[in-house]
Amino acid sequence: MYTLIKDTLLSQVRTLWMVFLKIFTKADTVEYPDVQPYMFPRWRGRIILSRDPDGEERCVACNLCAVACPVDCIALQKAETEDGRWYPEFFRINFSRCIMCGFCEEACPTNAIQLTPDFEMAEYARQDMVWEKEDLLIDGTGKYHDYNYYRVAGKQIAGKDKGEALNEAPPVDVRSLLP
Amino acid sequence: MFVLEVGSVLTIGLILAVVIVVAAMLIWVERRLLSFWQERLGPNRVGWFGLLQVVADMIKIFTKEDWIPPFADRFSFVIAPAIIMSVVLLSFAVIPFAPNIGVVDSNVGVLFILAMASLGAYSVMLGGLSSDNKYALLGSLRAAAQMVSYEVFMGISLLGVVALSGSFNLRVIVEAQADGWYVIPQFAGFVIFLIAGIAESHRLPFDIPEAEQEICSGYHTEYSGMKFGMFFVAEYIGLVLVSSLITVLFFGGWLGPSFLPPIIWFAIKSSMFIAFFILLRAAIPRPRYDQLMNYGWLFLLPVSLLNLLVTGAIILSTQ
Ligand code: SF4
Ligand code: SF4
Repeated sequence: MYTLIKDTLLSQVRTLWMVFLKIFTKADTVEYPDVQPYMFPRWRGRIILSRDPDGEERCVACNLCAVACPVDCIALQKAETEDGRWYPEFFRINFSRCIMCGFCEEACPTNAIQLTPDFEMAEYARQDMVWEKEDLLIDGTGKYHDYNYYRVAGKQIAGKDKGEALNEAPPVDVRSLLP
Repeated sequence: MFVLEVGSVLTIGLILAVVIVVAAMLIWVERRLLSFWQERLGPNRVGWFGLLQVVADMIKIFTKEDWIPPFADRFSFVIAPAIIMSVVLLSFAVIPFAPNIGVVDSNVGVLFILAMASLGAYSVMLGGLSSDNKYALLGSLRAAAQMVSYEVFMGISLLGVVALSGSFNLRVIVEAQADGWYVIPQFAGFVIFLIAGIAESHRLPFDIPEAEQEICSGYHTEYSGMKFGMFFVAEYIGLVLVSSLITVLFFGGWLGPSFLPPIIWFAIKSSMFIAFFILLRAAIPRPRYDQLMNYGWLFLLPVSLLNLLVTGAIILSTQ
């Protein structure tokens, strides 16, 4: 009888009182559209394609991001310029499937594809969630300001022969016996 | 006919309108209050402080598809929400709001309320049975179990008040409290009736028949559109009903210092209880239904019988 009263009545009354006192505490809610939250720079939101410091597209259409993507929402087609640079002819991300996991950014060898802190991407029509290269490509370098793939990679393009890249030794003729 | 007196057309119309509007507004009040107690803000976007949220909810519920599942038993499925709605509204007929406001001055007011409360259980059970859905069936099973456990001590807890005032007429009961509210001599009866009232209106913590976290929405799982809306609003009307009943039976109804009109006193007292019911919902977890039955039969029933016994003995010895 005593424990019944203690457990059922007193503890319930105490609960009621403590919850009632909560009316004087300030609400935790952040009123989002009026109060914008601080978005951390490494937040994984809307995806962009960046350019290198010279203003050329960074993406070399290697398809690694498309392979890494767990939901297969990236589609692209490789094309090649006259001076030997690879670039995507089209680059399409279906944001209605994208789960913002960031795997594409991890996979990209050229820092081309990057996730940004923007998350306000709601659309009324589903087709509007499919973004083409024109929508994705930005003018800046994104999070990595100095990186330029063609300047450090051994790939030969017009105006830069083999061995001329940064920190790259001239090629060795493996068939020659001379030291 | 169009004067403010008991039973005039004007009063009846006013009571009906006010009760329904208050019940609808309660949807907003409850969400706001609950969120304050849970350190949130609640709906505050539509209109001033979110007041128009009710309108938005109503538009939504009226324009929803009103669907009757093909496997349901059509007749009882349709009639169930109508039963609960009319039963709770009928109960308001005997509530004395103020000396000149009320629908009928009935000599069997308390009995009428108890009868209507039992009839309301039919709605819940029919709704659950006719839906032909396992969650709905479980819900109405629980409703039946809950009903047999609370209705007994609900009736007995009121008998103390009836014995003290010597009448089943709610108006006489209010007037008999002019020199002291019944909550003091009948405190046990008050607590027991409070508990039974929560169970009667299916409010948390005794919303066992519709426990959303366990059995979908219990007996109204299959309901949609306005039929669901009727169950929903009837629950809030039931909340208003139980609060006004507690006010009338234990807190002196319209009686209060004369600087405010009687109806205002009634409204203030009832609103306190409505707020208290919402606080209960915010604070107390739901028991299992066998726990409620145990608690009802083994603890509350004996206590209410004891209360009646002691009250009777005191009345006899003082006569
Ligand atoms: S963030 Fe993840 S899901 Fe989205 S495109 Fe990149 S890899 Fe695919
Ligand atoms: S975005 Fe990066 S990983 Fe994807 S195709 Fe272009 S270079 Fe390759």
